Amino acid sequence: MAILEVNNLYKSFGKTEVLRGIDFSMDEGEVLSVIGSSGSGKTTLLRCINALEVPTSGEISIGGEKVYSSTEMLGKSRADQRRWQLACGLVFQSYNLFPQYSALENVMLAPRLLAKEREDYKQNRKQISEEIRENALSLLARVGLSDKISNYPCELSGGQQQRVAIARALALSPKVLFFDEPTSALDPQLTLEVLRVIRELAETKMTMVIVTHEMKFARDVSDRIIFMADGEISADGTPDEVFSDTTNEKLSAFLGNIQQ
Amino acid sequence: MSTFEKAFRSLTEGFGENCIIFAVTLLAAIPLGLIIAFGSMSKWRPFRFFERSKKRLLRAISHVAPIRWLTRTFVWIIRGTPLMLQIFVVLYAPGLLLDIPMRSRMTAVLIAFAVNYAAYFSEIYRGGIEGISKGQYEACQVLGMTKAQAFFRVVLPQVVKRIIPPMGNEIITLVKDTSLARVVAVSEIIMCAERFTKQGLIGPLFSTAIYFLAFNGILTLLFGYIEKKLNYYRG
Repeated sequence: MAILEVNNLYKSFGKTEVLRGIDFSMDEGEVLSVIGSSGSGKTTLLRCINALEVPTSGEISIGGEKVYSSTEMLGKSRADQRRWQLACGLVFQSYNLFPQYSALENVMLAPRLLAKEREDYKQNRKQISEEIRENALSLLARVGLSDKISNYPCELSGGQQQRVAIARALALSPKVLFFDEPTSALDPQLTLEVLRVIRELAETKMTMVIVTHEMKFARDVSDRIIFMADGEISADGTPDEVFSDTTNEKLSAFLGNIQQ
Repeated sequence: MSTFEKAFRSLTEGFGENCIIFAVTLLAAIPLGLIIAFGSMSKWRPFRFFERSKKRLLRAISHVAPIRWLTRTFVWIIRGTPLMLQIFVVLYAPGLLLDIPMRSRMTAVLIAFAVNYAAYFSEIYRGGIEGISKGQYEACQVLGMTKAQAFFRVVLPQVVKRIIPPMGNEIITLVKDTSLARVVAVSEIIMCAERFTKQGLIGPLFSTAIYFLAFNGILTLLFGYIEKKLNYYRG
């Protein structure tokens, strides 16, 4: 069964149509990279799937559950969107860590706030809080930052900040993890350490969607690549298929420009 | 009792009034300012559905944001007129216009001060809140936080850090402004000192500076301390 399904998704800002009928679905454990030139709608697609923008029309299902449907008026209220967003995890280009909290606190904050809504929170307060802490510590260990748990974001390098952001997104056990150009703000050295973490996640069969400009990485790590142009999916296939496709003019132009 | 002792007692008593005005104004204006700040950032547009209308007039009406416009007009009036005048208005207007005389002159002073400072604070808050990047809100959103959680756990602490310097400035101005209460005969420190001036003694009037300097000295140290405390992170 598809873990993420996007049907006929449209999004306009005023008169500009940014997404023009996006259709795709992906299976659990799949790693999908979205490539395309600036302005092709990659980031808007990601933001729509993560409820940061409300699509103009279409349908989105995550984990078999419909989270957005323009015809059923689903996914418009804040309560709907909250449930929807909890099924996703998103890693931003600019990290967006909370500067006043340490790395560990950044990872623990959302799970702790969410735990307060659990029915057994009052009785098992201590235990729940301890579990969240343990989980956060193991996530930070997984991204290789066990020695930085009490550092504040301003004391960390860009790559370290982005790894904390990945741990933070994983802390809510999302069904699908999204990356919005996770390395665009990093120099090559720091890019490598972030990509290593994403690669390790791919090995654990985490379902991921990665919007990226790192072609080599996309080719190495993904099971599938989507090429977007002018708000539409112009090519969709395995990395080998997409990178060797010579019939698609837009794709050839895009890949040609990158190689130069 | 020596003249010095008499003057000292009188001035200290007078400064007590200044301190009351200072404390009550702060306690009231800090939360009130936040409410005004929210009002001045309100995006509520009840006629939004005219946005796509073909008629230009209706399109113009669609931009009406009543809460924001009302609060901004209110802030303009409060910041655009002298506090001294506002004290008079609060003291006399209820009696003259509504036939409900103000209970005491001190009450009028406290109301005028609280409202005046709330308006100034609201603009400082607004600057602080609008300075927080959109990414912070979006990060909260995708982590499933409610609006209230995002504001109180993530945004507000950062706003506090940002507004400490301008708030310190404003609060120090407040200490000195409290002496305006004398225009409606609340016997604050300068009014007390003037009683001695009328007897030919200028010393007490000049000495009032010591009270203000001491008080503001403490405040400066306090704000420096808070700023240092919050310096553990950047951003």
